[in-house]
Amino acid sequence: MAADGGDGVTGEVAVLGVGMHPWGKWGRGFVEYGVVAARAALADAGLDWREVDSIVGADTVRGGYPGYVAGATFAKALGWQGARVTSVYAACASGAQAIDTARGQILSGLADVVLVVGADAAPKGFFRPAGGDRPDDPDWLRFRILGATNPTYFGLYARRRMAVHGDTMEDFAQVKVKNSALGALNPYARYRKRVTVDEVAGSAVVADPLRLLDICATSDGGAAVVLCSMEFARRQGVAEPVRVRAVSTVTPRYPNTVLDLPDIATDSAVAVEPAGETFRASIARAAYEEAGIGPEDLSLAEVYDLSTALELQWYEDLGLCGEGEGAKLLREGATTLGGRVPVNTSGGLASFGEAVPAQAIAQVCELTWQLRGAAGDRQVEGARAGMTANQGLFGHGSAVVAVR
Amino acid sequence: MSRTTTPVVAGWFTGGGDDFRLLGTRCRSCTSVFFPREDVHCRNPGCAGSELEEVPLSRRGRVWSYTDGRYRPPSPYVTDPELPWEPYALIAVELEAERMVVLGQAVPGVTVAELAVGMEVEVVSGVLHEDAETIWTTWQWRPTGVTA
Repeated sequence: MAADGGDGVTGEVAVLGVGMHPWGKWGRGFVEYGVVAARAALADAGLDWREVDSIVGADTVRGGYPGYVAGATFAKALGWQGARVTSVYAACASGAQAIDTARGQILSGLADVVLVVGADAAPKGFFRPAGGDRPDDPDWLRFRILGATNPTYFGLYARRRMAVHGDTMEDFAQVKVKNSALGALNPYARYRKRVTVDEVAGSAVVADPLRLLDICATSDGGAAVVLCSMEFARRQGVAEPVRVRAVSTVTPRYPNTVLDLPDIATDSAVAVEPAGETFRASIARAAYEEAGIGPEDLSLAEVYDLSTALELQWYEDLGLCGEGEGAKLLREGATTLGGRVPVNTSGGLASFGEAVPAQAIAQVCELTWQLRGAAGDRQVEGARAGMTANQGLFGHGSAVVAVR
Repeated sequence: MSRTTTPVVAGWFTGGGDDFRLLGTRCRSCTSVFFPREDVHCRNPGCAGSELEEVPLSRRGRVWSYTDGRYRPPSPYVTDPELPWEPYALIAVELEAERMVVLGQAVPGVTVAELAVGMEVEVVSGVLHEDAETIWTTWQWRPTGVTA
């Protein structure tokens, strides 16, 4: 459903409001963060919660029962008002799938205005699988058999880049330097202190070659967006809203030849030749195709920098540069504020830490502020189009294109 | 009391010494290989096969990438909290014949400083952990240049 303008049907939905609860380690429940974000998004939209037709919650697996039914949990906390409810889980892409669900309801005419909420209260230290003896769960198995944490995989990817593309530890550290400088400008970021290359190099090694300051923390936080039909936005007096033009939620294609979390092995390519692009690249390509734009059209991007090295990988997967050229793009200054295509103007996961079900929604909040010209000191001049990208466990990933 | 020796997962590896091998399965229809094993349906989307036979994987491969764990992993990884944490290396190994990458721990004593992408390694039997009743066994990767 590309926005070709041919018959006036665009497939776009309007972002009427966005809101966040600051990221941190607050020690309170995820519902509180979600409600704060939801109320902020509703206020930003100029809407009363009772005007919302549908609520979509992105689930947290750490919140127990109320987290598994996040949509209903947030609806109850905001005050039952009869809205249609949906809850979705897609690991790190949960927030984007929640946005996609809301978009589908609006485009199909099931709802005019939908509230999307994601929030998490993260444990200290490494993420770990649910308890019990569960050998049918690949996430449980990788911890049981290998002690393979998420940073294990980040370390493997980083070392592979160093061997294949010649990336250096300083290249990785420069990603943190860039993102920490941007995060310092963002009141919703958890870490707001600029970091130097020496500070990254001086931090403890977690998973060789990556150090503590190369790897994103786990955080508490909440984010929400109010989406509506273009017609509803006009009736609200918003003539030129930020629009969501594409949401990519594609799955990998067999054989998936990159070792993805939480897998112990890749697929075998012995019987079927692998596709010419990786799963991550296919996520972005699907979004570009749906939006009818290309990498050259992007004013900015928010990508999932679970590690510094992974941000460089995303540059290539989004087509901002050729394969192996990520570090060069960074060194040229293209991806910092004032560059050709600033990446992670929010400060990225480097400055936020990951609040899983909220993170992909927070990425869209940043695009919205940028496209409105309301990002303050982080503003990308003349921002017209932005893309978010992320990848999570179990074959989930997402990319959202927003334009104005 | 003698302790039993038990694989950490049943059916993923077999044998000992030079006969130790990882076990996967191969679709009789399309020849796709799976590790961890698929026993019911082939996962090739272009194949309707549901007959999978057990096959040993190549003993040797080349390092695709490697890392280590400098901090104690959380449960269900089993460690003795009384003992200081001893980091170990993890190696992702590319098997040429199977055209796949298999992750595993390195044999004890091999550190990341001794590894390089492209280095040849072989699979060997190793001990994951021991308790009063059981020695839990697993697979480990050992550089072929190392004789230990």
